[in-house]
Amino acid sequence: MTEKILFKYIDQPDQYKIDTYIKNGGYQAVPRVLKELSPEQVIDIIKKSGLRGRGGAGFPTGMKWGFVPKDSSKPRFLLCNADEGEPGTFKDRELMQKDPHQLLEGIIISSYAIGANLSFIYIRGEFAFEANRLEEAIKEAYNKGFLGKNILGTGFDLEIKVHRGGGAYICGEETSLLSSIEGVRPLVRLRPPYPAISGCYECPSAVNNVETLSNVPHIIINGAEWYAGIGTPKSKGTKIFCLSGQVNKPGNYELPMGTPLRELIEEYGGGIKNNRKLKAVIPGGVSTQVLPVTKVDVKLDFESLIEAGSMLGSGAVIVMDENTCMVETAYRLVQFFEHESCGECTPCREGTYWLSRIMKRIVQGQGRMEDIDLLLDLCDNIFGKTICPLGDSVTIPITSTLQHFREEYEYHIKNKRCPVERK
Amino acid sequence: MTKEIEEKILSLKGKFPKVKTAILPAFHILYQESGYLDPEGMEKISELLEIPLMEVYEVASFYTYFPSEKTGKYIIRVCDNLSCLLSGAEKLIGYLEEKLKIKVGQMTPDGLFTLSTVECLGSCGTAPVMMVNEDYYENLTREKIDQILEKLSKK
Repeated sequence: MTEKILFKYIDQPDQYKIDTYIKNGGYQAVPRVLKELSPEQVIDIIKKSGLRGRGGAGFPTGMKWGFVPKDSSKPRFLLCNADEGEPGTFKDRELMQKDPHQLLEGIIISSYAIGANLSFIYIRGEFAFEANRLEEAIKEAYNKGFLGKNILGTGFDLEIKVHRGGGAYICGEETSLLSSIEGVRPLVRLRPPYPAISGCYECPSAVNNVETLSNVPHIIINGAEWYAGIGTPKSKGTKIFCLSGQVNKPGNYELPMGTPLRELIEEYGGGIKNNRKLKAVIPGGVSTQVLPVTKVDVKLDFESLIEAGSMLGSGAVIVMDENTCMVETAYRLVQFFEHESCGECTPCREGTYWLSRIMKRIVQGQGRMEDIDLLLDLCDNIFGKTICPLGDSVTIPITSTLQHFREEYEYHIKNKRCPVERK
Repeated sequence: MTKEIEEKILSLKGKFPKVKTAILPAFHILYQESGYLDPEGMEKISELLEIPLMEVYEVASFYTYFPSEKTGKYIIRVCDNLSCLLSGAEKLIGYLEEKLKIKVGQMTPDGLFTLSTVECLGSCGTAPVMMVNEDYYENLTREKIDQILEKLSKK
């Protein structure tokens, strides 16, 4: 197995303190970047490393920074998306809790690369402990001269603010996040204009995930070639996989991109709980397609998962055993999206409501056989017809469970009860 | 609203490129103080930050983290999203209802606890999970719930 990058010191109890972080090689990338490299060179290194966004979309990070105009007369902003809310995902919380300086160092370098002098860490409201920890870390970094005016005498200024959200899943969507920071009702925005051109306060902005930014200092220190040598030809580096559900050892595992799903579940996760059989896996958070047990040998990287009919998403692997009813699972996820729909686009606002009602009657034994086609028709009228991806996401639990477990829907409808006999 | 809280909210004013950004931090301050976003507090935020009251309500009503009505001294938020459900959250919610003698969405008559269910808390590796006010309690079992409630009742 490749060495851990982000989690190398995660088990050291004092890693969150700046002295320990420095002792373990931290804050060496900041002076190198500020004193020896131009912003263009930093962007170039990140482009060459092949680093792609870890929040779900997998967009190349260096390319995203490259879209931020260099000649803009407006201020620029680097926004760290720490609104970790995709069900099944819990990696950013651990990164912020246990190694906050790794993230801060990534933010400093990334801000320099796009020319930002103010950065927000937008953290979900529930993460009060992590928000405090970040505040403490920021104070330490100011005291050591890594933040504030004229950092390390280089003339570069940067301020980082921790901004707590208020329990809305949609604020993890980048345009909703921007609205939330601006203090207006956080509805999503049409793109273009993209945040790189008109983002926070209508100024050029880059929005990057916690795990993505945490990778940046390591790439600077070890080089783009080193990073590009880990993982698969198109999915570089390591990924933190959040393993949860019915496995013996749930938790965060940092592994190279391309690690087989079976290895994650059996070797790292210790197999399925109570010696039951594996039934299905959601490989990248609830916005990604359910995969049946027959796909358990898929490799966990962007391309392989698309080929298998799903997505890498946030790397949240939710494991379900033979006692799980896939119709009830889909219903629960539809309820989640119904609750979190911001209400802006009609297909999503109305569609989530109706999908939820139809799923409810199927689960309660009052479904009709034609409901299956009605569900698919509704999904077809939502998918691709909304401003943000939440609309697409709500259709995914239904279409993917119908694809692989249609007989369970039919059983529910015909027999007015659940086919799964709970042992 | 105490003078101290007013000053805290007022001090947010110069902190951001635009004053409206202060609205969420102000809600957090009010929530800490009142346990919910009370109408009087919202008016105060509007006045102190010079944001029209309607806009304050418009933003507040979007965020589920801040209750709009008075709650118990301790708000219990139990996650019932997928990973927690797969780890037995449903039974624990039933257990909490039984112990507190209230249903989800209700407050105990002594005003100590409000019980609610919430969407994913981002702690699925240690499911089932709940929050009490701003603290996480993970890997929950009936025994753990007994201990937590006992400790909080004595405080």
